[in-house]
Amino acid sequence: MNDQPIWLTFLVAFIIMNVLLIGMAYMTYFERKVLAAMQDRMGPTRTGPAGLLQPIADGIKLLSKEDLIPRAADKWVFFFAPLVVFVSAIVTAAVIPFGQTAHLFGRDVNLYATDLNVGALFVMAVSGIGVYGIILGAWASANRFSLLGGLRAAAQVVSYELILGLSLAGIFLLAGSLSLREIVLEQQQNLSIGPLEIKNWYIFSQPLAFVIFLIAAVAETNRAPFDLPEAETELISGFHTEYSAFRFSFYFLGEYIAMIVISLFASTLFLGGPSGPGSESHWWLGIIYLFFKTIIFLFFYVWLRATLPRFRYDQLMGIAWKVLFPLVLLNLVVTAAIRLASDGKLF
Amino acid sequence: MSTTTDPQWTPDAIDLIRDVPATGTYTITDEVQITDREHQLVLNMGPQHPSTHGVLRVILRLDGEVILDCDPVIGYLHRGVEKLGESHRYAQVVPWTDRTDYVAAPMNNLGCVMAFEKLAGLESPERAQYWRVIFSELSRIASHLVWLGTHALDIGALSMSLYCFRERELILDIFEAYCGARLTTNIMEIGGFSRPIPEFLPQQIRDFTKIFPQRQQEYAELLTANPIWIARTKDIGVISPQAAVDYCLTGACLRGSGVNYDIRKAMPYLVYDRLDFEVPLGTHGDVYDRYLVRMEEMRQAVRIIEQCLDAVENMDTPLMAYESAYVIPPHKGTMTTAEDMQRHFIWVIKGFSPPVGEAYVAVEHPKGENGYYVVSDGTSIPYRFRIRSPDFVNLGVLPYVAQGAMLADMVALIGTIDIVLGSVDR
Repeated sequence: MNDQPIWLTFLVAFIIMNVLLIGMAYMTYFERKVLAAMQDRMGPTRTGPAGLLQPIADGIKLLSKEDLIPRAADKWVFFFAPLVVFVSAIVTAAVIPFGQTAHLFGRDVNLYATDLNVGALFVMAVSGIGVYGIILGAWASANRFSLLGGLRAAAQVVSYELILGLSLAGIFLLAGSLSLREIVLEQQQNLSIGPLEIKNWYIFSQPLAFVIFLIAAVAETNRAPFDLPEAETELISGFHTEYSAFRFSFYFLGEYIAMIVISLFASTLFLGGPSGPGSESHWWLGIIYLFFKTIIFLFFYVWLRATLPRFRYDQLMGIAWKVLFPLVLLNLVVTAAIRLASDGKLF
Repeated sequence: MSTTTDPQWTPDAIDLIRDVPATGTYTITDEVQITDREHQLVLNMGPQHPSTHGVLRVILRLDGEVILDCDPVIGYLHRGVEKLGESHRYAQVVPWTDRTDYVAAPMNNLGCVMAFEKLAGLESPERAQYWRVIFSELSRIASHLVWLGTHALDIGALSMSLYCFRERELILDIFEAYCGARLTTNIMEIGGFSRPIPEFLPQQIRDFTKIFPQRQQEYAELLTANPIWIARTKDIGVISPQAAVDYCLTGACLRGSGVNYDIRKAMPYLVYDRLDFEVPLGTHGDVYDRYLVRMEEMRQAVRIIEQCLDAVENMDTPLMAYESAYVIPPHKGTMTTAEDMQRHFIWVIKGFSPPVGEAYVAVEHPKGENGYYVVSDGTSIPYRFRIRSPDFVNLGVLPYVAQGAMLADMVALIGTIDIVLGSVDR
């Protein structure tokens, strides 16, 4: 880590934000293409070569649509709610490390916007704020379907937030830090299991936490099969039923950026982030590794959406509190015991 | 109406909540505790709603996500098909029946033409009867595929609808190959079939019966043992055998509850008594059992089609009962001889007049008992034309099964009854 002028940090943050926005646009393209392949269809083909300009056409369409506000809506809340979802999703990317430092144009540039010592907690906290955008937007729409969607979102996100946080507690115990940069550094060390020498990625030492994190992350981002707040076939898109045009697109952006960020977060915590062969010497290799690790998670999201039916509200809460919560506590206790035993402090 | 009415209650909603006390609690069933009115939410689902299968409107009274009461409102697709049937000549009535249950059009035609034939004392030739069975079983598969796709989509299995419509396309191709139309086929005619069966058609149907069981196995693998699917369908919408009979349910809704009544077995029509097939029965009467029953019905339909194809393979008998005066004269000579042309012309513009009487014919439609009741007063236009559409009657059970269910179950319940609003409203 090096001290760098504030303008350089701003520049890095600006690039990260724009990469995220473009990534989000092409995430929709990726999702549509993968979904199409799984469903025996073509997906977008008409706009540009292989439909590559489709996200841009969609953006233009959303910008040029009529902006409708229901007469009964609470206008200020209706206006702010999508921004809360969008901003909270994009701010979480600030603490994700895309590598350590790069030597560019005679300067050492940090490949992250900031290195908070409570980075992981920051991601959890800020993405938790996103649910306010959903609840407020649902309430402000003055629509009963939206209201039900908002209530579901509140219950769901609060429960799964807890499980998401607890599933990571084991990693924090092992890494001894909440800083994402240090967690990545920790994972670059080697772990030897008998004769086998592998990287100390936390997917190997925390497999149960990884599975629980994956499930909770899907619920946290309101994606199928946990897309109850939206539930287009029962609640007609739930909390954003009344949203149109660019207000809707903020919800849309928020959802997809949250997906990308949580996938980045998962790759950082469990798959060693940008680490991989040669990534210590070549910073750009790390970014490529991180990209492909993230794609694995995003593909997993799309795959789930194509395959599984939707849970019912009470079943979802049942899984959270009756199955995942005891498991995640068990994982935490066992990890803590092992950690203490390895320091010789257990008995 | 005075202005004191709370603006958020619609007239229907007021009607629905009239017997709820303003405070206090009371019980409808053992499970459902009714809280006071201010904790309840009246939700208007439909007619523009993605999961009400068209334009069904359901007014729900909710306590949280639990349904206390449900009131289906129909009539948004009413086109007066029965009245239209009383103002058109017999042969012109048949195409109207396509438009009732448009996902299984040949089955609607079948009931209608069989009622007319019964009225006229006419019987279609054996070969035509086999082909009628083939087309109606194909339409049973097509209807069940639409049901499976939309039902699974309602519950959230997104891809299933696309897979099901892909296979339905093959059936529509078969219909198109025979009669040129895909949806509203008008495939059955009074007396049999006036157009010859194309030579390639049996092979095309055989190809379908080879492909389809494997594809259906794929669907079953995606859903039947899927824990989420089971959680969403098992013990949901349980209909006891007694309740199923009391609500006059027919089709898979009745057989899912374990009541063995299939018109093809109980009152065999066409050549069903010569065919070997089984009638699947449910045990528990829930959404999952009805799903299993319909899946098995598709397998049995494939069996029936294969047997019929074997039977008609070397059959060279006529397809149309041309000896009767109630049947449209052959098209063959109309372009060359004046007599044939005149006979054909007169039949088409005047129609035929069956003797005075009445007839009721019911067929086993994919959705249940589809009955046609026709009264003739001796003219060429039916005096009374009435359709007993299965899904209209089956829909009556919705308030019974919805009570105490969750809001998310509502879409599963509408899906499991398998309604097509064109047929409900007629």
